[in-house]
Amino acid sequence: MLFLVQDGITNGAIYALLGLALVLVFAVTRVILIPQGEFVTYGALTYASLSAGQMPGTARLALAMGIVAFGLDLFAGRKSLHVRLIGRAFAVNIFLPAVIFALTFWLAGRHPPIAVNIALSLLIVAAIGLFLYRIAFQPLAHTSVLVLLIASVGCHLALQGFGLVFFGAEGQRGPTIADTAFTVGPLRFTGQSIAVYAITIAFIVALWLFFGFTLYGKALRATAVNRLGARLVGIRTTLSGQIAFLLASVIGAISGILIVPITTLYYDTGFLIGLKGFIAAIIGGLVSYPLTAVAALLVGCVEAFSSFYASNFKEVIVFTLIIPVLLLRSLAAPAVEEEKD
Amino acid sequence: MPQRLPIILFALAMAAIPFIPGMPPFWIVLLDNIGLSALVAMGLVLLTGVGGLTSFGQAAFCGFGAYTTAVLTTAYGVSPWLTLPLSLLVSGIAAVLLGLVTVRLSGHYLPLGTIAWGLGLFYLFSKLEFLGRNDGISGIPPLSIGSFRMIDPGAIYFAIWTAVLVCALLTTNLLDSRTGRAIRALRRGHIAAEAFGVQAPRAKLLVFIYAAVLAGLSGWLYAHFQRAANPTPFGAQAGIEYLFIAVVGGAGYVWGGVLGAAIVVILKEILQSYLPYLFHGEGQLETIVFGILLVVLLQLAPAGVWPWLTARLPLKPNRKRPDTSLTLPASHKVPAAAGVLLRIDQARKRFGGVIAVNNVSFDVKTREIVALIGPNGAGKSTTFNLITGVLTSSGGTISVFDKKIDNAPPQEVVKLGIARTFQHVKLVPEMSVLENVAIGAHLRGHAGALSSMFRLDRSDEARLLAEAARQIERVGLGKEIDQLAGSLSLGQQRIVEIARALCVDPMLLLLDEPAAGLRHLEKQQLARLLRQLRDGGMSVLLVEHDMGFVMNLADRVVVLDFGTKIAEGTPQAIKTNPEVIKAYLGAVA
Repeated sequence: MLFLVQDGITNGAIYALLGLALVLVFAVTRVILIPQGEFVTYGALTYASLSAGQMPGTARLALAMGIVAFGLDLFAGRKSLHVRLIGRAFAVNIFLPAVIFALTFWLAGRHPPIAVNIALSLLIVAAIGLFLYRIAFQPLAHTSVLVLLIASVGCHLALQGFGLVFFGAEGQRGPTIADTAFTVGPLRFTGQSIAVYAITIAFIVALWLFFGFTLYGKALRATAVNRLGARLVGIRTTLSGQIAFLLASVIGAISGILIVPITTLYYDTGFLIGLKGFIAAIIGGLVSYPLTAVAALLVGCVEAFSSFYASNFKEVIVFTLIIPVLLLRSLAAPAVEEEKD
Repeated sequence: MPQRLPIILFALAMAAIPFIPGMPPFWIVLLDNIGLSALVAMGLVLLTGVGGLTSFGQAAFCGFGAYTTAVLTTAYGVSPWLTLPLSLLVSGIAAVLLGLVTVRLSGHYLPLGTIAWGLGLFYLFSKLEFLGRNDGISGIPPLSIGSFRMIDPGAIYFAIWTAVLVCALLTTNLLDSRTGRAIRALRRGHIAAEAFGVQAPRAKLLVFIYAAVLAGLSGWLYAHFQRAANPTPFGAQAGIEYLFIAVVGGAGYVWGGVLGAAIVVILKEILQSYLPYLFHGEGQLETIVFGILLVVLLQLAPAGVWPWLTARLPLKPNRKRPDTSLTLPASHKVPAAAGVLLRIDQARKRFGGVIAVNNVSFDVKTREIVALIGPNGAGKSTTFNLITGVLTSSGGTISVFDKKIDNAPPQEVVKLGIARTFQHVKLVPEMSVLENVAIGAHLRGHAGALSSMFRLDRSDEARLLAEAARQIERVGLGKEIDQLAGSLSLGQQRIVEIARALCVDPMLLLLDEPAAGLRHLEKQQLARLLRQLRDGGMSVLLVEHDMGFVMNLADRVVVLDFGTKIAEGTPQAIKTNPEVIKAYLGAVA
């Protein structure tokens, strides 16, 4: 019994991280980030490839996306091109991914320490996340949630396809971050699961500090509430969107790196993991971070128990779990609904 | 019938395609698939694009349709034609059950809820023994008429496309009717629609069921086309794809669903068959390109390809003018004797710690114009919302002709002959002025969804539109009758709201800042209209900030400040009331 709870909490912590990222992105950009799962697989498999001494294809993708983003920046600013604008666009979109690419190329095969591999994987996925917003979502920022959602699904398909090209259909595992293990009573704690808990808690606290106490965090919240109002007081809403995607991709990649030593990941595993984080986010109402974290732990536990007792119907149980929750939520808050678009 | 012409031409063209000599059978299969997807997408257009309810679960309803006929025809030997109504019925019942739970979900919970049960049902289909688990059911008999068995794709083609055309016609008919207007009003929030008697939850459930039945029909056809049913085409992936189709084609347009189906199905086919040649068969390339193209397409035409296309065609819809000689029976009789129409007694509304309306009492007599004035935040609009049932009061009573109505839902309040306008205009911008105003007459028509689909509602409909046209003429907007409501100036939109309220044929008109945004002449016109209405027997309660307008028009003025009534009397008395002056200008130093 207890080991099921433990298993559930470890998985739940990962879902919590992903749920937080989804809430963050939705609140700021109104995008329901289906490609979150791809950030997970990209992070995990990039890390695994680097550890195996291979050059991950994601570095190439980051560079290619950077070039497209550069083109879009130039096109968008074609009416008032000046050196500073071109310089900045070049630095962010070309120089940055090129450096990452060169670094990856140089390090691959030299077996650097685990920390370097992790940092490099995070950098690569962060760049992809940033450019993804610039290329796919920034031009659509004014459209409805539905259109953004469909675009999000399109990105998911494309990124998943790239995942297969880069990493193949074979599953991979990565080296653990910490090998220690100890037992308390009937439970065995591995260093990896401790790392999962620690990083999840660290992220929740960091996000809370970021949104509560920093100027950028507050700017992001302002954008979430009212884009026009935020722009009027001088917040660059595109910057807010980029920051949100950057954070989401880093969080996704970290989750991936955390679980790839525990379970084998395939190029398409991320989708289902992301979806469960998503359920947690929904239960949290796409607004509340602490509630999302609690809900994620719940989802993890339900999953662990149902896979033990009724493994055939595991997915049915996990996914139908949310309907009563949704119903309760919308009955609890039948606020006067203003027109929306 | 000029507006039917394109459809007839399209039908003839589709009927001719299989007879073109040398037509590759592969293309017919493609067209079959397009038709099947178009049916589901059409339901989604109504549900998502028009009704504003996003659903990822439509594929599951196809599954209900397909599995119903699969089980009945293979295990029980029932004729395929007999299973058609049963398939539709099962999809419909599933929709009722799921709809009762999910349609109540507000905002973003709804799409997420549909993903959840979409996935859940998919796993259920693939685990149940009598549905053949993952392998599904095969050996489903083909459709047949007499000895003509629709085995090859060219034969069932006619069944599929007949279904598509018939459903497209029924759907367009439905949208262009009393029920259709109610559905179209839902997307912009339901407060305005409910204020005119639309039962929003029921209308939502209706579109939900309609979309599910269309999906069930598609599933039934699919089962007899493939002659097999397995869980894969009814999973979440397919559910998402149907939503693509609707959005790419143009989620608000019935034919957008058909166009979207053509675009997506053909695109996927091309990618699957040609990309491997170009790139030597690297796996999943088509998903990459498909995903990228989808994003590009949305960036080029965020509203969908259909409206993008029709905006470039030189076709102008010629709208028929409603025949204004038709009349509706009057709905509310005002008693001839003078008396109190509306009485508000100690009404109270508390929002958390704030008391927005604090024990306010006043009344409105028959044939009287009463103005409710006060500084911003005085509780005027809240009082309106209490009267019309948008908000529930925390205390006190509100009665109409001494009958208590407090906390009756908006749909009941309007039946008593109380109609309102809103401080923040609540029209449907993409509907014409005529259609918006006709929503006001919702309760005076009786045609239901089914009769609208089969065009049995025309006399009812003509009377409603005639009434709407008369009220538009009455408020002086006859020239803008065919304009989209969103294209009018804010002042004109307020006047449209008044016309809509007049369509109720009310005893009491509640106007929330009707003169805001009007020019001087327009204000005079409005004042004249309101006096006319009063002399015709109507009472008016209005909130207004333009003191010149109020003082010249109102018979009586009630002044609120911070939720409390501070004065009541004739305009003359109010102008000199020290309390009122203090509230507006601050204490005299």
